[in-house]
Amino acid sequence: MSEPALATRALHKSFGSLAVARDVELTLPRGVRYALIGPNGAGKTTLINLMTGMLKPDAGRIFLGADDITRLEPEARVKRGLVRTFQINTLFPSLTALEAVTLAVCERRSLAGTWWRRLPAHRDAVDEAYGILVSLALGVHCHRLTRELAYGQQRLLEIALALATRPKVLLLDEPAAGVPRDESAGLFAAIAGLSQDITVLFIEHDMNVVFRFASRIIVMVRGRILVEGSPDEIAADAQVREVYLGGARHG
Amino acid sequence: MFGSLLGVLFDGLAYGMLLFLLSVGLSVTLGMMNFVNLAHCSFAMIGGYVTVTLMNELNWPFFATLPCAFAAAGIASVALERTLYRRLYRASDLDQCLLTIGIVFVSVAVAAYIYGTIQQPVQLPPYLRGSFTLMGMTFGVYRLFLIAAGLALTLVLVAALEWTRFGAQVRAAVDNQRMARGLGINVDGVFAVTFALGSGLAGLGGALAIDVVGLDPAFAFTYLVYVLIVVSVGGLGSIGGSFAAATLLGISDMAGKYYFPELGAFLIYLVMVALLMWRPAGLFGRR
Amino acid sequence: MTAVAGQIAAPHRYLEAQIRWRAIETVFWLATLLPFVASPSYLVLASQIAITALFALSLDLILGYAGIVSLGHAAFFGLGAYTAGLAAKHGWGEPLTGLALAAAAAGLVGYALSFIIARFRHLALIMTTLGMGLLLLEAANSASWLTGGADGLQGVRMWPLAGTFRFDLWGYAAYTYSLIVLFLTFLLVRRLIHSPFGLALRGIRENATRMPAIGASSRAHIRKVYTIAAVIAGIAGGLLTQTTETVSLGVLDFQRSADVLVILVLGGAGRLYGGLIGAIIFMVARDQFSGINPQYWYFWIGTLLIAVVVFLPNGILGGLNQLMSRRGS
Repeated sequence: MSEPALATRALHKSFGSLAVARDVELTLPRGVRYALIGPNGAGKTTLINLMTGMLKPDAGRIFLGADDITRLEPEARVKRGLVRTFQINTLFPSLTALEAVTLAVCERRSLAGTWWRRLPAHRDAVDEAYGILVSLALGVHCHRLTRELAYGQQRLLEIALALATRPKVLLLDEPAAGVPRDESAGLFAAIAGLSQDITVLFIEHDMNVVFRFASRIIVMVRGRILVEGSPDEIAADAQVREVYLGGARHG
Repeated sequence: MFGSLLGVLFDGLAYGMLLFLLSVGLSVTLGMMNFVNLAHCSFAMIGGYVTVTLMNELNWPFFATLPCAFAAAGIASVALERTLYRRLYRASDLDQCLLTIGIVFVSVAVAAYIYGTIQQPVQLPPYLRGSFTLMGMTFGVYRLFLIAAGLALTLVLVAALEWTRFGAQVRAAVDNQRMARGLGINVDGVFAVTFALGSGLAGLGGALAIDVVGLDPAFAFTYLVYVLIVVSVGGLGSIGGSFAAATLLGISDMAGKYYFPELGAFLIYLVMVALLMWRPAGLFGRR
Repeated sequence: MTAVAGQIAAPHRYLEAQIRWRAIETVFWLATLLPFVASPSYLVLASQIAITALFALSLDLILGYAGIVSLGHAAFFGLGAYTAGLAAKHGWGEPLTGLALAAAAAGLVGYALSFIIARFRHLALIMTTLGMGLLLLEAANSASWLTGGADGLQGVRMWPLAGTFRFDLWGYAAYTYSLIVLFLTFLLVRRLIHSPFGLALRGIRENATRMPAIGASSRAHIRKVYTIAAVIAGIAGGLLTQTTETVSLGVLDFQRSADVLVILVLGGAGRLYGGLIGAIIFMVARDQFSGINPQYWYFWIGTLLIAVVVFLPNGILGGLNQLMSRRGS
């Protein structure tokens, strides 16, 4: 019960001579909201790719709870509760919102391989998907094609897909990226409304969002973790100021 | 035994040079723009028919027809690129396949209509005909010419790629298109020129191939398979890869025909599938 | 469930409405009975069309729904054809069990090959499917002791269907047989498409990257659909052998793989009826043009293909769909 929700040990990855992750040591306790910040190119998305298995590390280990998941395929990690969203919408353009979330629900319930019963016959799955969409204020739009949704709604759908897998650890890659200020309220309500059982790590450039939602902040620079601490500690840290907050803002 | 092995290697290398000429253009343009151009061998066919027409109707000497074959194929490719290909740069693999298969169908029909379906005869100049003996073994003069021409062209291509500004732009565009654009390189222009050059080379290859493998309207299909094998085994965007794969394929094909005639082309396809399973991006591919 | 403001009552009802059997489908299937009454002389052509439609349907499963571009699908058609032929040649001419054998043979090979297919994307995938199709063709050519080589299989004699309906030159039995097999298989495929598995396939086609991120094992799904498609293609091939009592290497060649691809694209991939519509148009056109020089056929098909890709990217059904939605709004 005391083991962390997600941990990495000595994680290392290079592309040729470019080291994108150096000796990354992370320990995320259960239920905490972590923000991962750093300048562009610091390796934040790369770290998520490594943790979710889309990228294979050169060295190091990844733990989900007590299990070593370093060698697991990405889909196996999702089944164990490690889920991410994408910075650039990675959705199913020709599926309706309801179909997309229902697909995720079916995959979780291991129903996606069944071909002898029609989809609507799986009422529970459809209702669960609909419920998720309603909780994100997408209920009325559930029958619209994904590509016809507004950008902010698509970002919400990204989160809906992740929630449908019942994550234990949720990695959000710039969830509010590109969403205009007037549409982002719903998004933040969704993030705030995430269950306390879920451990959340989100990458974000907007410092207001970071200070509002995160209970702890990790700062990454050039593939390395510079410092980790509470929002007040980070705001006061001189190194962080110099590297990220103080100089020209890249985000 | 050794003699026949050397003979197979020699013939295989000559055949490989032909395949290289036919394939290198497709490999580079595929690597650059990811455009699946299955009509590549139609350009080769155009080159072949231009040579045939110039030699048989207008009595031009063989060597004079070669630049025309190159130019005709290049011009035809530019015309097609401007009108049709450009609309499908962002389309799916399938759509590109289908468009270019459609072009192949049309080119085959037109060729058959104009020239008929028989093999086209071509008279090589006397100094390229026949064979010579070296160390007790006989070698074809034309095949030697092919090997020499192939190697020379390879050197020219590699030199151009390494040492000219255009070559540097091509390399950048193949490596990372987005970054190349960001650096101010006119990727579309580079692609258009590369495409024309590559198709021109295919046309040259088609002209040179007449004496070795014959020319009929089915050429566009038959050699498409071999070209695709070279490109996928060699790796997209790689001249060295195309060279290696073409040589490998040329020699294997000759060896297969000589030592295992009952197997036919079975060996080639098996080798290709096996190689692709080992390295899906090709021997020298990037992804 | 009562409707609350901002909510939709019973969302599954909308899904049900989407997949309900439509009147126009009934019209279509009734129309397939026309050759019996209107033009019995075309019954032979009609059974060829039914068989081609079945083959196109099998390709639609992997191409239209899962997004796998295959240039070698004729491999399974040919496997089914030769299996059915060999069974009949060696004494077992019962059609239905012969067809089951054909399906099993194609399915087994499809299952084995699916492990390879599921690993590749893009050019490597296209090349692998092409290579496998050509491999099988070469193997069949070389193994002439088994397949009859270039001359084809001799001595294929079918027993009457259900003991009474003989396959004759008029084609009544052949078309009835082909049509029933087509219809039943179609119902099966329709059900598959509208199941959670069908949704997963569309997910793979729409965004293969997202699938692992929602816990989907794309490879397992692809293996399954590829095997099913192989089984159906094998049934189509077996039907051809049984209704014509011949098999030759043409069932395995690249031309056949290319033709079925053209047919599917013509009709519209991923739309269930696309392969059927495409088959009808293609085969009828080819029959009409058969008197003319085959070169003209290539020319017009090529031009049509170019036109379809440039102007009608979703095939004829897609174009009709767009037309309908434009008139509706």
